[in-house]
Amino acid sequence: MNTYAKPRRGNTLWRVIVVLVVLLVIVWLLAMLFPGGGGDPTAKAAEATPDQIKQGEYLARLGDCAACHTAPGGKAYAGGLPIASPIGTIYSTNITPDPDTGIGKYSYGQFERAVRRGINADGHTLYPAMPYPSYAKVNDEDIQALYAYFMHSVQPVKQDNHAEDIHWPLSMRWPLTYWRWLFAPKVSPIETAATGDATMARGQYLVEGLGHCGACHTPRAFTLQEKALGPKDGTVYLSGSVNDNWVTPSLRGELASGLGSVPDDELIALLKTGRTERSAVFGGMSDVIEHSTQYMSDADLAAMVHFLKSLPAARQEQAVTYDAARHTALYSGNVSTPGAQLYIDNCATCHRTDGHGYGQVYPALAGNPVLNGENPGSAVRLVLHGATMPAGRDAPTQFSMPAFRERLNNQQIADILTFVRSSWGNRGGAVTAGQVADLRDKPPVGQPLMTSYDPRVRDPNELKADAEDQVPPTPPPSK
Amino acid sequence: MTRMKPVDVVLVGFGWTGAIIGMELVDTGLKILALERGAYRDTSPDFTYPHNADELAYGIRGELFQPLARETVTIRHNLNETAVPYRQYGSFLLGNNVGGAGIHWNGQHYRPSPEDLEFHSHISKRYGQKFMPEDMQIQDYGVTYDELEPFLDQFEYLCGTSGRAGNLNGEIKDGGNPFEGVRKREYPNPPVADNYGAKLFADAARSKGYKPFPQPSSNASRPYTNPHGVRLGPCNLCGYCERFGCFMYSKASPQTTILPVLMRKPNFELRTNSHVIKINLDSSGKRATGVTYIDAQGQQVEQPADLVIVSAFQMHNVRLMLMSGIGAPYDPKTGKGVIGKNYAYQMMSNVNVFFDKDVAINPFIGAGSGGNQIIDEFNSDHFDHGPHGFVGGGYILGGQTGGRPIQQLLVPPGTPAWGEKWKRAAKDSYLHTTGVQSHGSVMAYRDRYLDLDPTYKDAFGLPLLRITFDWHDNEYKMTQFLTDRAQEIADAMKPRQTSQTIRKPGGHYDVRQYQTTHTTGGVIQGTSPETSALNRFQQNWDVHNVFVTGASAFPQNLGYNPTGLIGGLTYMSVKAIRETYLKNPGPLVQA
Repeated sequence: MNTYAKPRRGNTLWRVIVVLVVLLVIVWLLAMLFPGGGGDPTAKAAEATPDQIKQGEYLARLGDCAACHTAPGGKAYAGGLPIASPIGTIYSTNITPDPDTGIGKYSYGQFERAVRRGINADGHTLYPAMPYPSYAKVNDEDIQALYAYFMHSVQPVKQDNHAEDIHWPLSMRWPLTYWRWLFAPKVSPIETAATGDATMARGQYLVEGLGHCGACHTPRAFTLQEKALGPKDGTVYLSGSVNDNWVTPSLRGELASGLGSVPDDELIALLKTGRTERSAVFGGMSDVIEHSTQYMSDADLAAMVHFLKSLPAARQEQAVTYDAARHTALYSGNVSTPGAQLYIDNCATCHRTDGHGYGQVYPALAGNPVLNGENPGSAVRLVLHGATMPAGRDAPTQFSMPAFRERLNNQQIADILTFVRSSWGNRGGAVTAGQVADLRDKPPVGQPLMTSYDPRVRDPNELKADAEDQVPPTPPPSK
Repeated sequence: MTRMKPVDVVLVGFGWTGAIIGMELVDTGLKILALERGAYRDTSPDFTYPHNADELAYGIRGELFQPLARETVTIRHNLNETAVPYRQYGSFLLGNNVGGAGIHWNGQHYRPSPEDLEFHSHISKRYGQKFMPEDMQIQDYGVTYDELEPFLDQFEYLCGTSGRAGNLNGEIKDGGNPFEGVRKREYPNPPVADNYGAKLFADAARSKGYKPFPQPSSNASRPYTNPHGVRLGPCNLCGYCERFGCFMYSKASPQTTILPVLMRKPNFELRTNSHVIKINLDSSGKRATGVTYIDAQGQQVEQPADLVIVSAFQMHNVRLMLMSGIGAPYDPKTGKGVIGKNYAYQMMSNVNVFFDKDVAINPFIGAGSGGNQIIDEFNSDHFDHGPHGFVGGGYILGGQTGGRPIQQLLVPPGTPAWGEKWKRAAKDSYLHTTGVQSHGSVMAYRDRYLDLDPTYKDAFGLPLLRITFDWHDNEYKMTQFLTDRAQEIADAMKPRQTSQTIRKPGGHYDVRQYQTTHTTGGVIQGTSPETSALNRFQQNWDVHNVFVTGASAFPQNLGYNPTGLIGGLTYMSVKAIRETYLKNPGPLVQA
């Protein structure tokens, strides 16, 4: 039995392997032969008009193309920004009209397929770091304007694309075709509620389409697609997520942790300048303000906010109302609450004992949605690593909060945040030292807190050299 | 030698005046280059809490100051002495890096009195030419207060200065300085709240019939957005101001008022580690062709430019003009020549005021300028000098700027300098002590001047600047008069004890004691090329495309802190450059 059974089991294994390989080849062939996706790669654009180019520039900012396609210190739209993904690092591509290294040879049809359908000129499927599932909602007119802008107004830059740092077999691109088949929506206009509210429709078009807000603010499934691409997919849409170890808050109507208690004009100011009388942005949203939303027209900002504010809460919450008891206690010198003394020593100078901060300078902690959600991750990160406000045309000052990671241990930070999340009416709940420990070394870590115009951003060695030695080396005497 | 692409405007030094000129010219579209010999510095990451509050690093070791081992000045008391190098910081503090002394100043932001700008004319008219000692050579600025008012205002609104007007369109206002010149509008921000020492001083001053007012302060009393859209934070009276960068974004500096806008302009460029050693002239000697600087690698680089703005610190401006051979060097024997002429300083005195334990003063609650109280009765020509026999004066300040452990810990006279008794006295005094200070003018004299040292050289082998300076009797009389008034107010505060620091005849200028960093003169502005280096627009009389900004233009020193006047003169100068000079380059005033 034994001598017979063994090879038979071996035969079965071999058969399974052969069948799998054949299936795999069929799957591969299918993906290669029928990439699908629609669109006409040979479609030509009409003659570009100056108005169209200008509109394209506005839309490119709205879509925040530069956030990924311009590397820090690099040429505009020449790519090269490393983007961490679960399978390895990918690099954004050169989308300047350089014919050899950029998209200079792209026909309008090829451009349209790349932006809305995620297929490049070679027919390969793009990594979904490119938010084509959102851009699928962008209308023809806007895609044509974008094409006109990139082809006629962006400076061509000769810069080869950086190869991905992904190991075989994950480096094979064809399985992405299946991801696209499964998860990317068809290119089609947005289904708006038939209310006749044109502002609402415009807002939804911007949020779902070029704004691609869901890329960060909608939770993703295990297979990395956004769980919802619009309000029709349910209340999971824009209900908050975690990105790059930052908590991206819900943009829905939750009264404590979402936008439910934030007035429209405050949200508009936040998108325009990155700050308000009560709050300021941080993390990935800083880039969005700096490169994208600050350039939006007042009408478009108002439309986006109008739409966002129409989204009902995904979780029922009570609004946070200010409670002066903690302020009264601190003012009278009562620091008996755990974390209170640490708060006084490290935080109160800017955020004040009343938790109100200073308008457009130091954000209020009282009632801040960031401190009233379940996940304290963003607050933990802010205390550990600090943050710098983005630069806006209307608000050029980039205030920085210092990093406290070297000054405070995990328990101290947990105590401060527990104190802050339970003071002045806040109801965010306790933070543990373990939660701080989890985030202490998670990237991005230790980035210097500098303004975007600091010349040392371009040359971090200069910062290091400054710190090491204040006095430059002695040059030879002049002749 | 490397030759760089020409620029339209080169700024030599990137502190207050360089930043103002750059900002005011940037919208012309001209290519503007700032050459700064130091490094880039900004609030974050360089001045953040708690690292900024390190008195040993910043207060004692001078982290923000020019390293004297590489370049310093030499000092002597008179023409017959050999000058020796200033090897350790004492008397004055030279700023370094982007922002310069605009980083480590206190924010004490004054306007000159109207008569300060026409001082020679005013004093000779009121008291007669003979009232002045023979060797005193005070002069007029060539600018009147009324002409300068809009520019003084412009600088205050840039900085978000906190204060209370005392003379609003001719109407004298309670609670402000009744002696100030006419102010066209209120300060941009209300005064910073008084510290307790200042309150005790103000009460005592009022009881003596004086009119105390809050010190005008560029420590913003509340968040403030200036006309460039740049926002400042509120001062929290942390007590780490002079000698320190401000972590609250509250003390006005180029970084907190201008750079967030200027640094983003595509036609503006800043080159750090670029040390200018010479302004180059064409063969006629009447036109500058640019500058030569030494870069971070020690290489000489030529930078051609159509317009050269010398905007470094006062002493560096004078030295660069001397090394470049622009204008005739001043000769103290003949009184002829202009570069190096009329070096002046300021003269301070202190009355420390010690209370019993029933008067509680938290000295660590302090700001560089905000929160202190001033009387101005004895400044400029606010009083009849006739019976007193001296020219000039100063303000008297009450309060404290901080309670730092090393430099601001006061003990009563008679306390040993160390040991158990010192410790006990320090502990007993710390929470019960404040100060009264006089801040006095220094006039210009024929034998007080700047030139190149014949012996000592810097790290590049270039001659150091030599200061020839000592006190004159006029200033000893001035400080005695002011200190007597300060003592009377201190006594009216009803303290347990006071102690006095005052400079008396028979002494000498002592570089070991800090007084102020308000050194002035050497490239002075005025009405005639015979007696001044610059015209009223701070343009060199001989080389029309060289402008020299800063306190080097002051013909003599006034009783106020200089920064407000420096800012005003710079704004006036750059307006003339923008609106007149650029359209038709040439002398703005015919000699």
